[in-house]
Amino acid sequence: MKRISKIYVFLVMLFLYAPIFVLIVFSFNQSKSRANFTGFTFKWYKELFRNELIMTSLWNTLKIAILAAIFATILGTIAAIGMHSMKKRSRSLYMNITYMPVINPEIVTGISMMLLFVFICSVVNKVFGKGETILELGFWSVLVAHITFCVPYVVLNVLPKLRQMDNNLYEAALDLGCNPIQSFFKVIVPEILPGIMTGFLMAFTFSLDDFIITYFTNGSTLQTLPVTIYSMTRKKVNPQINALSTILFVAILIILVAMNIKQARDAKENSK
Amino acid sequence: MLKKSISFPYLLWMIIFVIVPLGIMVYFAFTTSGGSFTFENIEKISQYTPIFIKSINLAIIATIICFFISFPLAYILSRASDNYQRTSMLLLMLPMWMSFLLRTYAWMTLLENEGLINKFLGLFNIGPVQMINTPGAVVLGMVYNYLPFMVLPLYSIMAKIDNSVIEAAQDLGCNIFKVVIKVLLPLSLPGIITGITMVFVPSVSTFIISRMLGGGQNMMIGDLIEQQFIGSTYNPNMGSAMSLILMVIMLVVMGITSSLDDDEREGIVI
Repeated sequence: MKRISKIYVFLVMLFLYAPIFVLIVFSFNQSKSRANFTGFTFKWYKELFRNELIMTSLWNTLKIAILAAIFATILGTIAAIGMHSMKKRSRSLYMNITYMPVINPEIVTGISMMLLFVFICSVVNKVFGKGETILELGFWSVLVAHITFCVPYVVLNVLPKLRQMDNNLYEAALDLGCNPIQSFFKVIVPEILPGIMTGFLMAFTFSLDDFIITYFTNGSTLQTLPVTIYSMTRKKVNPQINALSTILFVAILIILVAMNIKQARDAKENSK
Repeated sequence: MLKKSISFPYLLWMIIFVIVPLGIMVYFAFTTSGGSFTFENIEKISQYTPIFIKSINLAIIATIICFFISFPLAYILSRASDNYQRTSMLLLMLPMWMSFLLRTYAWMTLLENEGLINKFLGLFNIGPVQMINTPGAVVLGMVYNYLPFMVLPLYSIMAKIDNSVIEAAQDLGCNIFKVVIKVLLPLSLPGIITGITMVFVPSVSTFIISRMLGGGQNMMIGDLIEQQFIGSTYNPNMGSAMSLILMVIMLVVMGITSSLDDDEREGIVI
């Protein structure tokens, strides 16, 4: 039985990793063939770093992800603190709104926001531009869209931490002479910091990885990395995609392994 | 505690950027391009019924396959040693962090007529087998991309099931199948429901997987909607109507799955 389970786990992992390893192997392939390995080369990596479109897209993706994550974290944390002290009925209203972008199919979120942004643009152009285009979809609309689908994850990560927190701590801080703002930063924030950090990281990675919502809200002007990858895969064979996948895979591997080692170490220290 | 009113900016933000857009979508779904009220868009959708049925079918098949792969996997992992669990979960999550475009692209290159799999089959004088641009390839893409979404909730709920419950069932004469049906399935039902929604929702609304692995012949709801907004047949009214129907399908599926949950729980209590 034990051996069968191990073989089963191995087969699932093989299914998950075989395609990725094929991508990685062929990123070092001399020819553009995706079935014959003709010789070892680094040339696709060199081309990748010289590819200006990819570098600008990467830069755009990072800018959007950092800004969206910061803004979503602030908005979401404050919202969660307020929601925590609400009565059941108004909190459930907030919770339903919070779950909406989480549950909705991404394509619906994407096109509905696109409709709103297009509407805003047409109004602005009519009123302020006098017929000329002064506002169109681009960086701002992608950023707003990303903040919107990221905030719920911050709220959902911070709320449980608030529930674990002892409410008396805040009042104790007030009694001991802190003003509300001081006690907020000295008592509440440190208590819920793990939730805020997880929320921030989730928002950041979701924003980095998002394709569908960006695709509909960028007005085909702002290129983010997933959008560029998509247009690359639509064209003919391009081993630069393999090279890019390899770099991303290795980067993620390093980050996850480091996080895992740290977690294991923390767990060990706690058990001591 | 702090004032509730500090949540207000969040509420305002979500109303403007979540509720209002959905409202605009509904408005578009029931108007002509001129702005007058109509049911025409919804009625016209009936001509796309085959595509809707096909999308739902493919998504259901993918969800079922995901379930049957994940259930034993989640169980094995939940009974394994801590280290084994941690490493396996890490390995499961890792591909999820890579852009799903790249993961789908990987299968594109494997399934091609001149791809690696057909080359391998060619060694035995089989093929080339047409694999890319088939419904099977689309289902494969869905299973590959969304499998972790099924494993994670199943695993986290099974990790909470006490070993002694399973042993008790075995002592009382259950064979392995009865243990699964009478003990494991009911106890992991909330996880199953989360898993089903998390796989079904993105599967039924995808347009990337069907386009990359299904070619032009395997259109899905997502492709239809995308074409109304970005593609050649620009018609946001029609697209909004389709999105509305997609949302309704989703709500029905979620309604069905969550009602399953309640019935079962009552059953357990009785």
